[in-house]
Amino acid sequence: MFEQVDLKETFTELVRRASTELPGEVVEAIRAGRNVEEDGSLAQKALDTILTNIVLAEESSAPLCQDTGTPVVWIKYPVGVSTRRLEEDFTEAVRRATELKYLRPNAVDTLTGRNTGNGTGRAIPSIHFEEWDGPGLEVRMILKGGGSENVGTQYKLPDTGLEAGRDLEGVRRVVLDAVVQAQGKGCAPGVLAICIGGDRVSSFEHSKEQLLRSLGDTNPNPELAELEERLMAEANELGIGPMGFGGKTTVLGVKIGVLDRLPACYFVTVTYMCWADRRAIVQIDEEGGLTWLS
Amino acid sequence: MAELKLPVSEESIRNLKVGDFLELSGRMITGRDAAHKWLMEDYREEVAPFMKDSVIYHCGPVVNQKDDGSWEFVAAGPTTSIREEPYQADVIARYGLRGVIGKGGMAGRTLAGLGNSGAVYLHAIGGAAQVLARAIPRVEKVFMLDEFGVPEALWVIEVDRFPVVVTMDSHGGSLHDKIDEVSKNKFDELLGR
Repeated sequence: MFEQVDLKETFTELVRRASTELPGEVVEAIRAGRNVEEDGSLAQKALDTILTNIVLAEESSAPLCQDTGTPVVWIKYPVGVSTRRLEEDFTEAVRRATELKYLRPNAVDTLTGRNTGNGTGRAIPSIHFEEWDGPGLEVRMILKGGGSENVGTQYKLPDTGLEAGRDLEGVRRVVLDAVVQAQGKGCAPGVLAICIGGDRVSSFEHSKEQLLRSLGDTNPNPELAELEERLMAEANELGIGPMGFGGKTTVLGVKIGVLDRLPACYFVTVTYMCWADRRAIVQIDEEGGLTWLS
Repeated sequence: MAELKLPVSEESIRNLKVGDFLELSGRMITGRDAAHKWLMEDYREEVAPFMKDSVIYHCGPVVNQKDDGSWEFVAAGPTTSIREEPYQADVIARYGLRGVIGKGGMAGRTLAGLGNSGAVYLHAIGGAAQVLARAIPRVEKVFMLDEFGVPEALWVIEVDRFPVVVTMDSHGGSLHDKIDEVSKNKFDELLGR
């Protein structure tokens, strides 16, 4: 299946798009932020620089940010397709994209400190598979930078210090704490991708998956939709602003997902994504036709 | 926007205040996590002349090696500086640095070191890798490339009107401390405590 498509080439193009072009609604959110900041403020200058950078990266097909991050991929595949082959092809695409300078050689042997030099390593790229009923492939990826990854965090409720109980008010309190702790260090204005519930691992994975949602979508659960809106408004009242320079634009979006949990556990996981909220999607139909999305 | 030529004198640095916009021109060096550890393990004579009265840039670039063997920066924004907090004040004092370029700001030990040594913290725009790479017309040389890899090596670069903002000065001023306090007060208000 998919013999007529050069998957390595298609995946390399997917990585190029993710590294060099931002989704339109992310650019719009940054522009909207720029327009509410005071004229001449540090915040506005930072956002102007970012908007210029976005244009330059796309025009020159070069990385938006030198930290090209971890490629995190979710692949939906039809019955009968070898996930081992898909994994090999995607990993090869990461090597090629590194060679072509769409990615920085970004994998370091943790014990020796040696850079592998080709962008791949143990658990890099990070690939998730899901078999589906469709006849084609859907490949969705993000590039998750390290600075913002370092300010991501996980809470277990109740949290006495934050007076956060096991309910959505508790979730609100810890998420705002995460934003305050992050200050500008995750390259604000960021996107908060949140998972409530799950175990420690699944909660982080599901929070990252929220980054595949468009900033402009509405959560199908009305209670969560309301919490997303409230958190966005309140995070932007904190005054942290772009780069932590102060200002009104601290977050560009808030996305909340839910998993079930054990009776003993109530995790709230916050993945922080920098303003370079890099995402790219390709759908490959059974004839090999490609549809590029972001 | 004021232009600042590198190398720079202590006197010029002590005149700078939080909030000043600058464009840097001249020679500087990059260095991040592995480099800071290495710089403090021993006195590194070979890189010292590139640091004296200049600045260190917390940056792990994307680079391209041209056919003639020379290097160019393809993407080169700042990395988060706070990871160098355990080393920074000592690196500044030991090598006579006049400044640090990074993002996200640094903490008390570095702020005290800036005052003692006569140095500043300069904030570049995080993620603006294309804007900033265009202000780096030349890569002069590289140290520890094989050992540390591309992002962690120490690259000696020439910059031309490289844009930064002073966010920590040599008089104890820190924009980061101020914003931290403002946001924590607002946070307490939002939480009703």
